[in-house]
Amino acid sequence: MSSPLTIAMPKGRIFEEAADLLRTAGFALPAEFDDSRKLIVDVEAENMRFILAKPMDVTTYVEYGVADLGIAGKDVMLEEERDVYELLDLKISKCHLAVAGLPNAIRDEVAPKVATKYPNVASSYFREQGEQVEIIRLNGSIELAPIVGLADRIVDIVSTGQTLKENGLVELEHIEDITSRLIVNPVSYRLKDERIDEIITKLASVLEG
Amino acid sequence: MSKLFMFEKPLGMRDTLPQLYNRKKAVRDQLAGEIKNWGYQYMETPTLEYYETVGNASAILDQQLFKLLDRQGRTLVLRPDMTTPIARVASSKLANDIPLRLAYEANVYRTQQDEGGRPSEFEQVGIELIGDGTITSDAEVISLMISALKKAGLQSFKVAIGHVGYINSLFLEIVGNEERANILRRYLYEKNYVGYRNHVQNLGLSSIDRDRLLNLLELRGDKTKIVDAIDLAESEEGKKAGRQLRDLWKLLEVYGVTNEIKIDFNLVSHMSYYSSILFEVYAENVGSQIGNGGRYNELLEKFNQNTPATGFGIQLNRLLEALNAPEEEEKIDCILYSTERLAEAFALAEEKRKAQEKVVIQNIAGVQDVDSFTQKFDDVTYLIGKARGENK
Repeated sequence: MSSPLTIAMPKGRIFEEAADLLRTAGFALPAEFDDSRKLIVDVEAENMRFILAKPMDVTTYVEYGVADLGIAGKDVMLEEERDVYELLDLKISKCHLAVAGLPNAIRDEVAPKVATKYPNVASSYFREQGEQVEIIRLNGSIELAPIVGLADRIVDIVSTGQTLKENGLVELEHIEDITSRLIVNPVSYRLKDERIDEIITKLASVLEG
Repeated sequence: MSKLFMFEKPLGMRDTLPQLYNRKKAVRDQLAGEIKNWGYQYMETPTLEYYETVGNASAILDQQLFKLLDRQGRTLVLRPDMTTPIARVASSKLANDIPLRLAYEANVYRTQQDEGGRPSEFEQVGIELIGDGTITSDAEVISLMISALKKAGLQSFKVAIGHVGYINSLFLEIVGNEERANILRRYLYEKNYVGYRNHVQNLGLSSIDRDRLLNLLELRGDKTKIVDAIDLAESEEGKKAGRQLRDLWKLLEVYGVTNEIKIDFNLVSHMSYYSSILFEVYAENVGSQIGNGGRYNELLEKFNQNTPATGFGIQLNRLLEALNAPEEEEKIDCILYSTERLAEAFALAEEKRKAQEKVVIQNIAGVQDVDSFTQKFDDVTYLIGKARGENK
């Protein structure tokens, strides 16, 4: 039998939706898959191996080729700019990237500061808007930044807007809609093309159906 | 900036220790053997070139160039590729000898912005076939590459072949101008098929044209896709490009290498000087392409020479990774002697060396730990003490 196809899956929020999608597409994933604490899950029936990775790292595993395929948020792809094929919009984990801040806040005109987990996305967005800002990189709880006065505005993903609301922030600008994508390593795309095409066809038929 | 430790090297720079050096040399020699058998002649160019000439003509992005200044204040670059310097030489010195068959093995330099895992200096082995504009020269270059890779012991690999001219003319005939074609090309270059499809949907094209652009993404696979591609194109340019690939395939059949070939009409390279047929090589166990090449008729124009050319370059470090061969221990013998018996030791060593054996002679007085020193040798001869002969 050929070597298993390795798929990098994002742990956490996106995982469940991604696993559901794969099951609907006809892949026999084991029931204990979802609450497994393992980092690697082999599914011999499908000749597949799943790597459970941090969502931010999925594109890295795929670019370096230690995973053939991956499911990654478009937000991560925009931030990381990895050399991978983006083949399918899986239309799951819908949210959007946005600029947010305190309502009616006075901005620092000399050195406006923006806090974010997505420094590349934020930097290129503001440059395209013709505005020079200073980016402060945070790893989570970005909403804190304007409240405690670390930054005037934040760039983050917004799904329902509930978190912003609870912290008294408002969405100021909509940057881009985000969904999860099926990504493929460029070498795997050539050497394992038949198996990958089969997966794409199965997933595409679910997405269109 | 923190103070450097003495063991540190600039980002992406790597040492080649003896074992790796040997493997590298063995593979390089295997490639060279085949390249020379096809009559290609090796040459060298300087490591430093002018930014204004080679730096500008090269397709490597400006921010990836290592730049420095000479005493006159001119900007120099560490050569980022070998194709451009060879194009410089070919246009200025060898223009009358075409078709030219040249080969090189040289280190090239590209700065790395990202994290580790990517070298900034790496060796490329490649060839350039300059002055022959026929499709037969494309076939020769691709076949030689495949043949050389096989000689080096590479078993499982694929060469994806595309045609930039085909994509250009298809885009132009459907979207009408270069600017809009560029946007589409950029999506393909970024491998962003989701973005490509969304963009095509929103272009406001007729459903026929929209489907034609979407069908381009399906043109990937065996030779049947070439027929599909010729059908998909309406302009004479596009059909001509498709027919070129069809002819190429026939020639590659003659060379007997089509098992390794995949057709991919979506292939767009970062090498902006590729003008028609281009290709990339992929091997198992390596996450990135191990080599690439194509036709670059416009590059020599930058050096005021209107000459067609094609070639390939293989990244030696990635080929080594793909070959995954065990590191070979070199077989070296040692003669350990005491000072008074140097003449005897040297005579014995010379005898062995004549028989092409590798021998180290080492004065025992210079060794601190004899056990650990002798361990790394294949065979050890002791010439120690007065005239008592050998005691092994």
